[in-house]
Amino acid sequence: MATLHLPAALSAYAGGQRRVEVALPGPGTVAALLEAVGQDHPGVRQRVLDELGALRPHVNVFVNGESIRYLTGLATPVGDGDEVWVIAAISGG
Amino acid sequence: MSILLMVGTTKGAFLFQGGVDRQEFEPTGPHFPGEAIYALAFDGRAGRRRVLAGTESSHWGSVVRCSDDLGRTWSDPAEGNVRFPDGTGAALTRVWQLQPAGDERPDTVYAGVEPAALFRSDDAGETFELVRGLWDHPHRSQWQPGGGGLCLHTVVPDWADPDRIWVAVSSGGVYRSDDGGASWQARNRGVRVEFMPDPHPEFGQCVHKVAQAAGRRDTLYMQNHGGLYRSDDGAESWADIANGVPSDFGFAMVAHPADPDTAYAVPLESAMFRCVPDARACVYRTKDGGASWEPLGKGLPQRDAYLTVLRDGFATDGMRPAGLYFGTRTGEVFASADEGEGWRLVAGWLPPVLCVKAAVLS
Repeated sequence: MATLHLPAALSAYAGGQRRVEVALPGPGTVAALLEAVGQDHPGVRQRVLDELGALRPHVNVFVNGESIRYLTGLATPVGDGDEVWVIAAISGG
Repeated sequence: MSILLMVGTTKGAFLFQGGVDRQEFEPTGPHFPGEAIYALAFDGRAGRRRVLAGTESSHWGSVVRCSDDLGRTWSDPAEGNVRFPDGTGAALTRVWQLQPAGDERPDTVYAGVEPAALFRSDDAGETFELVRGLWDHPHRSQWQPGGGGLCLHTVVPDWADPDRIWVAVSSGGVYRSDDGGASWQARNRGVRVEFMPDPHPEFGQCVHKVAQAAGRRDTLYMQNHGGLYRSDDGAESWADIANGVPSDFGFAMVAHPADPDTAYAVPLESAMFRCVPDARACVYRTKDGGASWEPLGKGLPQRDAYLTVLRDGFATDGMRPAGLYFGTRTGEVFASADEGEGWRLVAGWLPPVLCVKAAVLS
C-alpha cells in the first residue's frame, strides 16, 4: 500500500480526502499509482496528467521527498509504504 | 428583459447584468478566480439560460464548465470534457472559443481549441468530441503557431445552413465545411500574408477574427494580421476593405446584428506595437461594407491611452439599436448603447480582458 497526498485543490475530486491509500499489485511506478487512483478518482488523474499521460507542466510529484523530475519521471518506482505527494508548482493566476 | 455581459479575464470571469437601457451593470465574480477564461458563451436555445466557460488553470488544465443559474453554480466535469482521443498525439492546452450552433441544432456547441482543432458537443456543452474531418486535413501539419499559440479561435456557424461552418486558425487561415464538419476547404483567396515568401498562399494566413453579416449569409468580415477584408461569396474570395482606417492591424471584428453593411473593428497601431493608434481609443465603424470607416471615440479616452483589444474582446448584444461592448488588456470594459456613437466605462480595474460576450435575457 502506498500513500498519495493531495493538495487541497484536488481533494474535491477524491471525495474530500487529502490522503489516499493506494493498493498496488506489486512493485509499481508513479504512472501506475496515478492510473490506479484514476480508477476511483478520475478527476485526480485528469488534473495531474494530460490526455497523453504526461505530467502537467506546473504539477510536481514527490516520492519520499524527492521530485520525480530528478528521478525517472513517471517511471519512478513506487512500492509498499512509499509516500507520494502531488504539489502545485510555483505558478498561479 | 435584461442584458448579460460576460467578461473573461486572465484571472477569472465576471458576469454583469444590466437593464436594456444598457446604462448600469452589476457585476458578479470573479468566477474561477486565478484561472484564465479565454472563452465564454451564452446558450439561450431550447429554453436554456446556460453560460458556458472555457476555464484554464495554470496547474490543473482546461475544461468547459456550464452554469444554468447565471453563475451561482457551475459544473466541474471531473474527467475533463474536451479531450483529444487516443492516437492523436495531442493534449488540450486551452479552449479559445465556445460557439452554440444555430436554432436548427439546439443542442450543438462548438469549441475551438489549442492545439488547433474543432470539437463538437451535442449535449449543449456537457461533453465534446473531436471533429475528425478537420483534424485529419492534410494542411494541418503545415499550420504554424502565431504569438498566441497554434489555435482555432473562431467558429462561425452559418445562420442560414446548419451544415455550413467557417473556422479560423492562427496561423492556418479560414476553412469552411459545407457538410457539417465532415470535410473542409481552405478559403483564403485574396488574403495576404506578410510572413511568407508567397503573399497569397492557399492557407497559412494569420486570420484574427471573422464575423458573418446579418441577413446576407455569404457576406463575411475579417480582421487579418494585417488587412481588413470582406467576402461576398461565403469566403470563396476576399477583398481588401481597409479604406480610411489608421491601421489595418487589429484583432477584433464585429458584424452589426441587423445591417449587413455595418461592421466594427478596433485598429491597433501595428503588429509590433499592439495599442490603439496615437494612444487614442476609437472603435471604427463602416456602414457601407468597408468602402469607408469612421472613428467612434466619444466617451473613450482620447489621450495617453495604451489600450489593446483582443480577438474576442469585442461583442454586440444583438439588440436594436445595437449594444456594443469591448474589454482591454488593461482591464477596462466599455459599453455603447447606441451602435457605437457614445461609450461609457462599465468596469475599470479588472484583470486583463481576454473575451467579452453579451446576450439578451428574456
